[in-house]
Amino acid sequence: MTGKRVSKLLASAAVFGVFATSAVAEDVEVLHWWTSGGEAAAVGVLKEDLQGQGVGWLDMPVAGGGGSDAMTVLRARVVAGDAPTAAQMLGFDIKDWAESTGKLADLNAVADEEGWDDVVPAALQEFSKHDGKWIAAPVNVHSTNWVWINKSALDAAGGKAPENWEELITVLDAMQANGITPLAHGGQAWQDATIFDAVVLGLGADFYKAAFIDMDEGALGGEQMVEAFNRMEKLRSYVDDNFSGRDWNLASAMVIEGTGGMQMMGDWAKGEFLNAGQTPGEDFICIRFPGTQGLVTFNSDQFVMFDQGGASEAQFAMAASVMNPTFQSAFNVVKGSVPARTDVSDADFDDCGKKGMADFAEANAGGGLYGSMAHGHANPASVKNAIYDVVTAHFNGEYDAATAAEELVNAVLAAQ
Amino acid sequence: MTEVFQRWLPRLVLAPSFLLVLLFVYGFILYTGYLSMTDSRMLPSYGWVGFENYTKLFALRHWDTALKNLAIFGILYIVISSALGLFLAILLDQKIRAEGFIRPIYLYPMALSFIVTGTAWKWFLDPGVGIENTMHVWGWTSFHFDWIKNRDFAIYTVVMAAVWQSSGFVMAMFLAGLRGVDNEIIKAAQIDGASGITIYRRIIIPLMRPVFLSAFVVLAHLAIKAYDLVIALTGGGPGRATELPATFMYSYTFTRNQMGIGASSAIIMLIMIFSIIVPYVYSELRAGEQR
Repeated sequence: MTGKRVSKLLASAAVFGVFATSAVAEDVEVLHWWTSGGEAAAVGVLKEDLQGQGVGWLDMPVAGGGGSDAMTVLRARVVAGDAPTAAQMLGFDIKDWAESTGKLADLNAVADEEGWDDVVPAALQEFSKHDGKWIAAPVNVHSTNWVWINKSALDAAGGKAPENWEELITVLDAMQANGITPLAHGGQAWQDATIFDAVVLGLGADFYKAAFIDMDEGALGGEQMVEAFNRMEKLRSYVDDNFSGRDWNLASAMVIEGTGGMQMMGDWAKGEFLNAGQTPGEDFICIRFPGTQGLVTFNSDQFVMFDQGGASEAQFAMAASVMNPTFQSAFNVVKGSVPARTDVSDADFDDCGKKGMADFAEANAGGGLYGSMAHGHANPASVKNAIYDVVTAHFNGEYDAATAAEELVNAVLAAQ
Repeated sequence: MTEVFQRWLPRLVLAPSFLLVLLFVYGFILYTGYLSMTDSRMLPSYGWVGFENYTKLFALRHWDTALKNLAIFGILYIVISSALGLFLAILLDQKIRAEGFIRPIYLYPMALSFIVTGTAWKWFLDPGVGIENTMHVWGWTSFHFDWIKNRDFAIYTVVMAAVWQSSGFVMAMFLAGLRGVDNEIIKAAQIDGASGITIYRRIIIPLMRPVFLSAFVVLAHLAIKAYDLVIALTGGGPGRATELPATFMYSYTFTRNQMGIGASSAIIMLIMIFSIIVPYVYSELRAGEQR
């Protein structure tokens, strides 16, 4: 009995072994961290598309940590000489990988054929290309300078969506008078930094670029930065005391339930509202952070291809599928982000999605499209985290605004 | 022949694990030491920079916070766990009823991982759902306990959870020690008219010296390597208020792409542990020779 079972197991193991080895040549092994319900469904779209073309998909999901756990796994695999075919990556991670390993595939053949240079915004190409070579296929563009407002809470607070800082404060004050938590927020460093992104951008696009992208000392420690920290302090006064450590989706839930007035968060928050059965424009409204209409801070998930001894057909097929307008639309409708190419129809998107696409195109045309500092698209991970340290310390009351600006200069210098 | 075989057998059996330990523990300690002197950022790289990473490390305010927190956490954790463990052991040693039932209850937290302890205490201490909320629901509305959300006090909540987890274990160590005290000595003291408290204070507790030492070594290295508890309980927050060297090391090495600085912080932690373990091992060896 036992012997039989063992031999059966061995047989099935052998079958699996044969299956795995015979499939390798045609397969793509993809490392990613899209494991939550909606995201996994979105990946499924890509998987089916590829399987339709005869390219197998070896899934390698590493959940958690906003991708940092996946990056740890990737590092171990690359050091061991066993890089996956493709890996999901964000912003400066791609640059770091391109510069420090040089082991990335050259996708120019497929990029030229499909004309990626014309349809992908230059600000994105900054990350997808290295030394004039396409090394990654961008899947989506999230923008981070959104505010999600509970419609009835806004109606009770005057009903007019704020368009500048003063109006925002008026609305927040009115919400506070109505007895709700005006600003639903979770005290985690990256969430504090997400708000900080928008606040700095609200003080001027040039200022944002000088401080976060050029890392100019004058901008990092100057008057305007002190003002930015003052505004953070002001916003802190509208957050409840129990905010520390709260996850972003719990903060979204506060806005959905109406115990919170608004949340400042990237467009992935929209999924929470939709899953709760809410309709954009009726139950909640989406606006750009007051004072940043026409500007967009983005982060973009990209599939970086690793060199497997010359880019393979499977990699080209995957890159082409990722960039396919149909996939870009289908994926981003589910994910809440906008397509990474500007020629995709917005027909399937909801109101917030349509606004997102319009804003993205406007920002791209007007030169107002910037990588998000909070999400690793403005400066390298070490600098980003150094800024996090200061922003979160200030938000939690450790520094006053002037000290924070001073510390910001020191922290950024030390991290470079 | 058999004699030779028997002499070599233990060595042969031990050799594979010895080699594995040599490579994967000591080998990688050396590798980390080497990395701490290089310009490694995202991946290991081998440009020699000498002690630059150490200078950078000690200039970081973040590392200062981690060291200060370790000092607060380490001292309170060791002192309170030892004192509480000893106290519980003495109470249990009074020949009470149902000792066999009570002892495992105190020992039980040790069977949990720090992740479980941290998560449970996070909920318990959270003002919105935990004890503060419960007290408010029961009608004591002025009750206020939000240490876990307060950056000046959050580190003490880490101490609480850690003490809860470890004091039962320390109690078991002391209980074993107490049971090992020679009854003759205690009887002699009783005949001399010493009271119960005096016997403990003057005779039994001084006899516990080796147990104190063992408890100290066990607790000290648990304190220095504390990582999972902080991650589960506070995530290093609020802000960076409960960062410890171990969480610092992980974030610099693996998420901040500053592997050189991360490696140098790991070496500093290693030195801290050595400075506790080496004198202990030395004193143990010396005590062994004297016997």
